[in-house]
Amino acid sequence: MTLDQLPLRVLARIVAVDWAALVPEEAQRLRALGLDEGAQVRLAYRGVFMTRDPLAVEIGRMTVALRRVHARAMHVEPVAADCPA
Amino acid sequence: MSRLPCTVALVGNPNAGKSALFNALTGARQKIANYPGVTVERKAGRFALPNGEPVELVDLPGTYGLDATSPDEEVTRRVIMGEQPGQAQPEVLVIVLDASNLEQHLVLAQEVIALGRPTVVALNMIDLAERDGLVLDPAALAAELGVPVIPTVAVRRRGLAELGAAVGAARETAAHEPAHPRAHLTMPERRMLARTMARGAVLSETSKHRLHARLDRVLLHPWLGPPILFALLFVVFQAVFSWAKPFQDGLDALFSSGADGLRSVMPPSLLRDLITDGVIAGVGSVIVFLPQILVLFFFILVMEATGYMARAAFLMDRMMAGVGLSGRSFIPLLSSFACAVPGIMATRSITDPKDRLTTILIAPMMTCSARLPVYAVIIAAFIPARDVLPGVGLQGLVLFVLYVSGIFGAMVAALVFRRSLTRGAASGFIMELPKYQLPTIKDLALGLFQRGWIFLRRAGTMIFTVAIALWLLLNFPRAEPGQDQVNASIAGHIANGLAVLVEPIGFNRDIALTLIPTMAAREVAISSLATTYAVGASDENARTIGLAAQLKQHWSLATALAFLAWFVFAPQCMSTIAVTRRETNGWKWPAFMLAYLFGLAYLFAGIVYWTAVACGMG
Repeated sequence: MTLDQLPLRVLARIVAVDWAALVPEEAQRLRALGLDEGAQVRLAYRGVFMTRDPLAVEIGRMTVALRRVHARAMHVEPVAADCPA
Repeated sequence: MSRLPCTVALVGNPNAGKSALFNALTGARQKIANYPGVTVERKAGRFALPNGEPVELVDLPGTYGLDATSPDEEVTRRVIMGEQPGQAQPEVLVIVLDASNLEQHLVLAQEVIALGRPTVVALNMIDLAERDGLVLDPAALAAELGVPVIPTVAVRRRGLAELGAAVGAARETAAHEPAHPRAHLTMPERRMLARTMARGAVLSETSKHRLHARLDRVLLHPWLGPPILFALLFVVFQAVFSWAKPFQDGLDALFSSGADGLRSVMPPSLLRDLITDGVIAGVGSVIVFLPQILVLFFFILVMEATGYMARAAFLMDRMMAGVGLSGRSFIPLLSSFACAVPGIMATRSITDPKDRLTTILIAPMMTCSARLPVYAVIIAAFIPARDVLPGVGLQGLVLFVLYVSGIFGAMVAALVFRRSLTRGAASGFIMELPKYQLPTIKDLALGLFQRGWIFLRRAGTMIFTVAIALWLLLNFPRAEPGQDQVNASIAGHIANGLAVLVEPIGFNRDIALTLIPTMAAREVAISSLATTYAVGASDENARTIGLAAQLKQHWSLATALAFLAWFVFAPQCMSTIAVTRRETNGWKWPAFMLAYLFGLAYLFAGIVYWTAVACGMG
């Protein structure tokens, strides 16, 4: 499952990121924000219009806005226990 | 040995509260300029160490890491490394951390500490962390990081003296010990360590309901969020036009009474005319917009300080993506409804250079406040005040159509540019949504003062020069007795040449003449039309009424509509051109902006004129 398909407010771990699918600067920016393999994330909000873009992702105590095209490059798996990240 | 004041730099992630700490440490003693050759703002100020020694404090642009991905981050990296020309390498680095976001902010902190420069950590916004139910142990963090950690609350001035003392101490230590870079870690190692350190620093954590999560649930709600945003924008627009009105009228009265006073004191001479008609009328016509600019900036600063601006960008991103831009372009374009100058300056927050250029190029199409006087006079003169629908007046509808035409034109232009001049990979939108916070009065006042001062300084220099130049063009060479001064002047000759060009779109010679001084600022059109039609009244209100009658005599309805259409696009604003030159570092883009906007204005005015004539309004 990729991050854009994750149901809202479900805690998940990023298991793999297809960095090659992203523009290098954006990949670097995402990584700098902590969106990297092993990070625990939660999808908080989706955009309004038909494509439901952009997305707001909670990571730690931070909320980051990104586009679906970025989220699609991130493979996630839901984490059972809601342990504090 | 006497030394230059020691330089200390604030380094930190965006939204770490760096600017608030900077304001708290330096107060109003700040200097804002650009780093040479780049449009990155350099903020510097003075503060005193506990031993009384003055220190120059530099507030570096927020960054997520020392591998730069934007011009701002590049400046931060270069200053820290001592590679920025004209900027002494900071002797002490103060890393500003958001206490409630340690896991994230410790990544940059490790990277900076690893450089081995004298470093102090400010554990900032510790009160917000406590509000979120997070109790931290600064001593444990200091032990992990190997540098002093000082808890601070910039907005309440807590921990400032301790921070100053730590900076002084770090500097003393550095004088005895050489720099010692530490082991280099990879990014995943740093992140892992950041997580461990962040957990180690937390004494207790209760899962209180976090305020911002609850606010976001409403403000980012798919169906509630956008209506709230639009309602807020509506209030902002209302305020810009209604709150500012009394102040604007007051300033206007002040300038005209000043000019009248001067006229009664000084004997008639060219010098007197230069001062009253050139300087006071020219500069005054721009300064009257100061209240509007302050009201708009008040809202923008509040939206930024509270953290709502990032939410607005989030909500607008999808729409902006439709024309190849991102949510980040929304803020500059919103500002441009008051004035394109601060709007274009606000594009600095756009990381993608092509996005930024596109936004700069389309910003002048947003209907700025300077167009309003022009629209108001022409609409009042030519559009009958009757309702087309119950409660919907025809005059208001025309004004609305003019606003929408500008927005529509800008969107089409952005689409075209993103496929031609500024072609490239569709820009992404990656942005941290900061925590909600109450703005402090002091920071707001300081921000407003700085914006207002920048605006006034420009009015006092560039617009001053242009006003004098235009006055000279209109007054020289002097007319022979019996000859019309305007016709004899250089400007008159240019107007006669220009009239040939603008005749096809329904403009007469009077309009051609008006277009020349209007290059300085759009609102000049009204006063120069008034002069051209030689309306005797001195009072602005009477002049407007008189002008309307004059316009009806000299213009057809088709001409008036074409004139309105022209102003939707025409880039007649010296300040916009000047700021575009500064922000793009050259004349290429302002020249292009002039060419394409005049082209559009000509075309659009022409289409309106020809259509209107065909409909029998000629």
